[in-house]
Amino acid sequence: MNLFSFLFSSSLGRKLIMSLTGIFLITFLVVHCGINALIYMNDGGETFNLAAEFMGHTWYIRAMEIGLFVGLILHVVQGLYLASTNANRRPQNYAVNSASANSTWYSRSMGLLGTIILLFLVVHLRHFWVEARFLHSINDKNTMFTVMVAVFQNPMAVVIYVLGCLSLSYHLLHGFQSAFQTLGINHKSYTPIIQTVGTWFSIIIPFLFASMPVTIFLGLIK
Amino acid sequence: MNHDMNITLKVWRQENTNASGRFEEHKVVANPDMSFLEMFDVLNEQLIETGKEPIAFDHDCREGICGMCSMVINGRPHGPKRGVTTCQLHMRSFKDGDTITVEPWRANAFPVIKDLSVNRGAFDRIISAGGFVSVNTGNAVDANAILIPKEVADEAFEAATCIGCGACVSACKNASAMLFVGAKVTQLAKLPQGQPERETRVVAMVNQMDAEGFGACTNTGACSAECPKQIPLSVIANLNKEYYRAKMNGK
Repeated sequence: MNLFSFLFSSSLGRKLIMSLTGIFLITFLVVHCGINALIYMNDGGETFNLAAEFMGHTWYIRAMEIGLFVGLILHVVQGLYLASTNANRRPQNYAVNSASANSTWYSRSMGLLGTIILLFLVVHLRHFWVEARFLHSINDKNTMFTVMVAVFQNPMAVVIYVLGCLSLSYHLLHGFQSAFQTLGINHKSYTPIIQTVGTWFSIIIPFLFASMPVTIFLGLIK
Repeated sequence: MNHDMNITLKVWRQENTNASGRFEEHKVVANPDMSFLEMFDVLNEQLIETGKEPIAFDHDCREGICGMCSMVINGRPHGPKRGVTTCQLHMRSFKDGDTITVEPWRANAFPVIKDLSVNRGAFDRIISAGGFVSVNTGNAVDANAILIPKEVADEAFEAATCIGCGACVSACKNASAMLFVGAKVTQLAKLPQGQPERETRVVAMVNQMDAEGFGACTNTGACSAECPKQIPLSVIANLNKEYYRAKMNGK
């Protein structure tokens, strides 16, 4: 075990966890977004409900759900630890700060953006995951799709979801390519490809997610 | 042809490590062709003539290769120009009538000695922990006894241009020393002479870096953007790679 203690004691070990869990959560976003996008079949949620049923009642998906929570918790705990210790590395701040001359604001705000996403996740899990897993309120009449439509009738919910997606977008804009840098994957021949893919990913996935509450609220999806 | 410039300086003054510091305002008339340090020399002459304590600041070679001239100028280490040290920054980079704020490197790991002078001993201790190679004494070996591909030599040399000034730490929002340690580890890990201590070196240097109180890297890229020698971020990726490799081998 001593061999793995560096994952929780050294700064580089903690960052390795951030990177690996980050990439794992990125792959989850693809699956989540892909399934949700099935509402755009515009078939009254039929295809979407089939997929939701499969995700909710297949044992290996449920097992993976535990892995997902482990990954998320590790990412959050290590992230909060790193952000809070990093914030105390100066006896005092500079009187004049010109950070915008050397770095992007979102790369310097990963802790803040991550915290906003975490708060959003609490709301989001309450809306859907708690209903399905604990309140068992999802049935043939009250499907995942009807719950979704009901939630997004509230304009406040739509605003919260859009802001959550915007935070996710900026978090990914830095996080996607940063994860590869932390893994030691940086070479002039392929880093530009990682950065381009990362930028498009960070725009397209959160945009798709954000479009769902908006289109449902506007009554475009029935 | 050269117009004198009226400059207002807001300079950090601090008696010693334990004293609390404050800003002090000074007027100085500068020539546009003076270096930033020469402008400080003029100011210090004025202070001495009026019986005041001159401002302590570090400097040595004044040709951009020693890494001593640590000053955060208007919020940027070594001032507004890319790829230059403070001594190579000239007053023509500023305008007549400008107010310039000058602060020391601020990091827990770099305590202020006096005014703008900080103790960068933490870097020395990181180097002592592993930033060296072992060589046999005796006759000098033939220069070409060990062949090194040009590409590898170039990469090692690029990392070796680090002058250890600490601008990376001062620019980083986390006061992280990853660019410095990355440069030193990369320089030695690339070359055949660095192989015997390759794995023990990186672990020892990273442990010392953490112990000194530097922050963790969040890949903002501020270090490389402010580095007077423009050390690339790839040395940090390489440091990560070397460290994980050593850990996988049980070091």
